[in-house]
Amino acid sequence: MAIRRLAPAEIQPATFAFTEENERWLEKQVAKYPDGRQASAVIPALWQAQKQNGGWLPQKAIEAVAARLGMPLIRVLEVATFYTMFNLEPVGRYFIQLCGTVPCHVKGALDLKQVLLDRVGDPHHVTTDGYFSWIEVECLGACCNAPMVQINDDYFEDLTPDLLIKLLDDLKAGREVKPGPQNGRVSSEPKDEVKTLTDPALYDGSVVGSWRARFKDELSGAPSVATTGEHQAATATGPGDPKAAKPDAGRPIERPVADTPASRSAAGETPVKPADQADAARSDSTGAVYPGPETSTRPQQSDKSYTVTPSKPEEGRVAADAKGTTPVAGTPPSETADRRDGSDTKPVGSSPDVSPGVAPKE
Amino acid sequence: MALADKDRIFTNLYGFHSPGLEAARRRGAWDGTKFFLDKGVDWIIEEMKSSGLRGRGGAGFPTGLKWSFMPKQSDGRPHYLVVNADESEPGTCKDREIMRHDPHLLIEGCLIASFAMRAHACYIYVRGEYIAERQALQRAVDEAYEARLIGKDNVHGYPFDLYVHHGAGAYICGEETALLESLEGKKGMPRLKPPFPANMGLYGCPTTVNNVESIAVAGTILRRGGAWFAGLGTKNNTGTKLFCVSGHVNKPCNVEEEMGITFRELIDRHCGGMRGGWDNLLCSIPGGSSVPLVPAEQIIDAPMDFDTLRNLKSGLGTAAVIVLDKSTDIVRAIARISYFYKHESCGQCTPCREGTGWMWRVLSRMAEGRAQKREIDMLLEVTTQIEGHTICALGDAAAWPIQGLIRHFRGEIEKRIDLYSNNPHSEPVLMAAE
Repeated sequence: MAIRRLAPAEIQPATFAFTEENERWLEKQVAKYPDGRQASAVIPALWQAQKQNGGWLPQKAIEAVAARLGMPLIRVLEVATFYTMFNLEPVGRYFIQLCGTVPCHVKGALDLKQVLLDRVGDPHHVTTDGYFSWIEVECLGACCNAPMVQINDDYFEDLTPDLLIKLLDDLKAGREVKPGPQNGRVSSEPKDEVKTLTDPALYDGSVVGSWRARFKDELSGAPSVATTGEHQAATATGPGDPKAAKPDAGRPIERPVADTPASRSAAGETPVKPADQADAARSDSTGAVYPGPETSTRPQQSDKSYTVTPSKPEEGRVAADAKGTTPVAGTPPSETADRRDGSDTKPVGSSPDVSPGVAPKE
Repeated sequence: MALADKDRIFTNLYGFHSPGLEAARRRGAWDGTKFFLDKGVDWIIEEMKSSGLRGRGGAGFPTGLKWSFMPKQSDGRPHYLVVNADESEPGTCKDREIMRHDPHLLIEGCLIASFAMRAHACYIYVRGEYIAERQALQRAVDEAYEARLIGKDNVHGYPFDLYVHHGAGAYICGEETALLESLEGKKGMPRLKPPFPANMGLYGCPTTVNNVESIAVAGTILRRGGAWFAGLGTKNNTGTKLFCVSGHVNKPCNVEEEMGITFRELIDRHCGGMRGGWDNLLCSIPGGSSVPLVPAEQIIDAPMDFDTLRNLKSGLGTAAVIVLDKSTDIVRAIARISYFYKHESCGQCTPCREGTGWMWRVLSRMAEGRAQKREIDMLLEVTTQIEGHTICALGDAAAWPIQGLIRHFRGEIEKRIDLYSNNPHSEPVLMAAE
């Protein structure tokens, strides 16, 4: 959780309206979702609003999105404050997001951080010339190219402090910069040592149609694969009993806490032990298992049961399924023997000589 | 035995070739798709099951089985496929390469998977930071519409619409129900399960959420057969997998390899070896930051698959292998991971919202040595009270790295506490080099 609040009132712009072009763009976004689900477009809409407003999201833009999508303002406000890519305060023309999570952290992100502290200053502050501002963010998903920063929309990967300084200078001077790895890699291949995906046969089109060999009987009208040995072999090699990939942390809830019918059933055993079953079937059984021989020396008890739901209904009170006054479930009240829908009682004030609020005359 | 190039699925992983439709077709994408759709839903699901493919998003749930959970008969509600491209697990950068370099494999996979689940619409939820990747994917989707490979009236005769959606920077949206909430235009807070998305997912309709890699391999699996895929890797851990190796290796890279390749072979063959030689290996986090670390002597010859790593009390996760050498300040590194979870907790469940911050503060003190030794056990106990007591797995993910640290590096923490308390001044101990 990060605390995120809207920018102070004095820097909030007075109005915000989508440009015509963005309106048209937004219409296309809303059309992606089923009718009545236009709220789904809230993140793209806020994102576009942020882009239109120079990289940050003012309060008026949040209100405009709420009005445009017909959502309560609070729903849009909570989305804007929940997702960390919405900048709630102004950013520099070049907004630098430094990845500081572990793969970058161990590869020198701390040195890049020092460069940014020296050259740009504290995070969340725009330089006086308005060019730069920076923050540290969590994993940007370019870990094979660590350390890296994102500047506006582009990733700049495989950085060193010197490369980052040069990058900042180039941006400031308005020179062209090349996004992507800065050390000569194309993407995330091992640098200068690509040993895989070198087979030219993969790229000359010779793989196209090679699947037909597997179905040649079928394609020529012979019996289908399902009946051939290959299909059976395929099914036979499938995993027998895949287990969850979670590490076994050894916490108690992962071990069976008790010998319950459900756990026995899961383990492929009989859920109810035969002995218990036989015991339960005995008419004189009370359900509980008492230690000791049948002829125990338990004191003689009265036949009368004092429990609310006696195990032997005929000995205790009236049981639920006995004939009684309770209507059977599913019978409409109007069809029961004695109607309980209120029509059998007189409404208050229906009697001519008793009006509500007036005491009947003696 | 190394994986041969002809058995690799992502043949444009590094972007040396064009990601466009023509080039993708020459590499084999969209080849015979109609034939496979004509063979029917049951055949596709059977083939996926027989391939033994386990979900590539971290949990390793069998993909074919997941597809079969969707209702067989529609009750009037539409079905949806949602592809989870919110790749935010620290260390993971594989889906990014698929989206920008091999997008047509993904789009074809979306069509096949949607067909198998009787869905006529699919949303791909791309993380907000991947702006260039989102545009690359959108270009490929437009190409596919143009060529009538997808769309209301396409050459495959199955009406199908594909939409690219994006988030705005929230790790938690990688959790499937949080992703659905976010896609509905709400805060990304995970939902209680049940009901499971297969019954009540996006807009209350039956939905399946799959990782990009799980979907993108579907086309090739059907072309070459489930038996081919099942023949690679080890039992229960079949097929090929994209490994993202980062950290202290000579040449960090993404590479597609067979499941069950040993850690040593993976690094030596593809990553130019360990920085400073194998003696310099301290430990590795083999599946993205959420799994506990494994010390050098246990990981070095371990096969990289779901089951082996689970038995090492860690996990394969997304196969994001973070390698750390002996120059690493391991306590500080895990404290940084703790900060990540503190930052990314959505704030819905109290144990996680309060606990992640608490653990980070305690661990930061321990990184300096400014702590009591009894606090180590207290910290361990708190992790067990967060773990399993939250709606989603973020609480677990925050607890496990710390449990791994204490399990294997308790001595390191104690050493720092000793150093700090031996220091007669209240100055902090000197920090180790990063």
